[in-house]
Formats: sequence, C-alpha cells, structure tokens
Amino acid sequence: MDFDRTAEYVSHHSEEEGKKMRKTIWVIFWVLLGVTTVEVSLGLVWKDLGLMWEFVKWTFIILTLVKAYYIVAYYMHLKHEYKNFIYMVALPYIVLALYLIVMILTEAVYVKNIEGIM
Amino acid sequence: MAGHSPTIDSKKLWGGGFSPFNVSYGKIMMWFFLVSDAFSFSALLISYGFMRHHFEDSWPVAEEVFTHFPFLHGDHPLLYVALMTFILIMSSVTMVLAVEAGHRMDKKGVVKWMAWTIVGGLVFVGSQAWEWYHFIHGTELGALQLADGTVVQWLSDAKNAFVYPNGIEVTGADAAAMIQSGTEVYGANLTVNEYGLPTFGDFFFFITGFHGTHVFSGVVLNFVIFVNVLKGTYEKRGHYEMVEKVGLYWHFVDLVWVFVFTFFYLI
Repeated sequence: MDFDRTAEYVSHHSEEEGKKMRKTIWVIFWVLLGVTTVEVSLGLVWKDLGLMWEFVKWTFIILTLVKAYYIVAYYMHLKHEYKNFIYMVALPYIVLALYLIVMILTEAVYVKNIEGIM
Repeated sequence: MAGHSPTIDSKKLWGGGFSPFNVSYGKIMMWFFLVSDAFSFSALLISYGFMRHHFEDSWPVAEEVFTHFPFLHGDHPLLYVALMTFILIMSSVTMVLAVEAGHRMDKKGVVKWMAWTIVGGLVFVGSQAWEWYHFIHGTELGALQLADGTVVQWLSDAKNAFVYPNGIEVTGADAAAMIQSGTEVYGANLTVNEYGLPTFGDFFFFITGFHGTHVFSGVVLNFVIFVNVLKGTYEKRGHYEMVEKVGLYWHFVDLVWVFVFTFFYLI
C-alpha cells in the first residue's frame, strides 16, 4: 500500500536515457578517484617538494569540497531537484556549519592563548 | 491564481494536492534526516578542530600513527586509508548504478549492483576493524608516559632517552629519573594513547566509530532492501524508490568519509 502516493513522484527512464546516466556516473567516479589520488599524493610528497603547509591545507579543503559537491549534486541527485528543495536542504546546513566553524575555531585559538598567559 | 489558470500543471507550479518540491514524502524525510545527521558529524569534526587548534604544538600527526598496510612491512602512511576511501567510493558508484537500474525497472541490474554495494560496505567495515586493531594494539616499542601525564617517544630501542612532542630531547641522568617515575604505554584506548594526547585517541574512536556504525547500519538497510528486491516487492509496486532512499543514505555515509578522510588523516 502506498499511502504517501510515492508512485506519483517516481521518475522512470528509457534504455537510452539510462545509457547517458551511466556514462555520467562513471565520469563522476573518475573525477572522485582523480581528486582522491591527487590528495593522497600531495599528502605524501608536500614536504619533499617544500610546499607551504598553509597552501597544502587549503588545497585539501578545497578538493574535499569539490568531491562533496559531486557526490551531493550527482550521486544524490540534488542538482536535478527543484530549486526550492535544494535551498531548503543546503542553506540551513551551510549557514549553521560555517557559523559553528568560525565560532569554535576562534574560541580554540583564544583558549590556547590565555592558557599561555595564565 | 488557480482561478485564472484552471489548466495549471500542479507538478510544475504548486496548486495544492501535490508535493511542492515534486519529491515524495519519504524522500523529503530522508533528506531532513541526513541534514540532521550531517550536523552530528559536523559537531564531532568541529570539536576535533577545536582540540586540534588548542593543542596545536603537541597534537599527534595522523600520518605517523596509521602507517600499517596488510602484508607489507615498514611505514606506509596514507596508503591504507586511501584504499578504504577507494572502496567506499566504489560502493557509492555501485549504489548509484543500482538506483539507475531501478529507474529502468531492471530487476536483475538492481540485484547485481546492490549485492556489490553490500560487499563494498562489509569490506569497508572490516578494514576499519583492522585499523582499530592496530591502533589499540600499538607499536612494539611503545612509548613513555611521564608522571605529569605527558606522553613522550623513545629515542631508541635501548629506552634510556626520550623526546617530547615539541622536539626537546632528554638523555642521561635526567632521563633515567623521569623514566623511573613514568610508566610505559602501548597502543591506545580511551584513557591512554602511546602516540600522544589521549584526546586524539578519543576523537579517533568516536568519529570513526560513529561513521563505522553508520556504514554498518547502511549495510543492514541495504540488505533489507536487497531481500525485498529479490522477493519482487518493488517490481509489484511498480517503482524502486526504496532503493533510491537507501541510496541517499549510502551516499551520505560516503560523503561523511570524504570529510573524515581530509580532516582526520590528511590535515
């Protein structure tokens, strides 16, 4: 029994559309694998290359966000949902997470500094 | 508005009676759950960041802690966790392929790809168990916990000199007296950690443990849906949306690992 009328919202697609989707899925897979490979190799060689840690750190963070975008947008299909739905899911999370990050990391540095004084 | 345009397509412009997001109730609720779960993981990772910044000078380097690789000797930093990441990405691909097969009502395809997803999930949980085993077990050499609680590393197998996390080395008679009053520690648990601060161990167990629990429950959910697929439940229902819903959960688990991988192992 389908009390929530799920069937009305379900999308089906044809064999050809399926072929296209499978292609996209594999392209995203190579993107994710490539980004992970870059991250791991960078983690192994950045000291030998004499790179700045700040630079390496932000590269890691940006690459992570790239991976997260592809997973959420394509594998979780969020990109193809209605705009309002995307905003409803993404905005509260992004705003609150950024707020927490800024507040808590600022606090961490502050606590460390006053401990040095006391 | 509906009065002016009686032919309104309620699927495009909401005119009541149909989901304004064109998404079923179950899927919306799955997304809400995932957002709330994302906050739990964010809280864990951000508090990890707090401790990391707070104890910047003495925080253990994950690369130097997790250096084991099955059947290989010596140090292999990052390699094992890279393999785990690969396994989870792979199982994410098989999951999304199962969802795609579901859209074509291709029962055989759904069965095949879901089976691979379950295998991938189990391998990942097994890998995590292996990593926990090595972290709990520790190194052969162990470390020294001084009377004040600081964990310091031995300079050699002779165990007569040690080095502080900030690089200061202690040798000779000074070292002998401090070694006398300290205790040797091996491996890590919630109160002791031979690699440095016990807090590092606590966060490792909580974050990877919380994630591992999610992977495990994902495997269980996938298995339940897998059995339903085999029984033909969704074939009869006319759609495979349940596969899509567990798929969302499974991708979320992969997504969390992407962040754990970066913030725990890389940075």
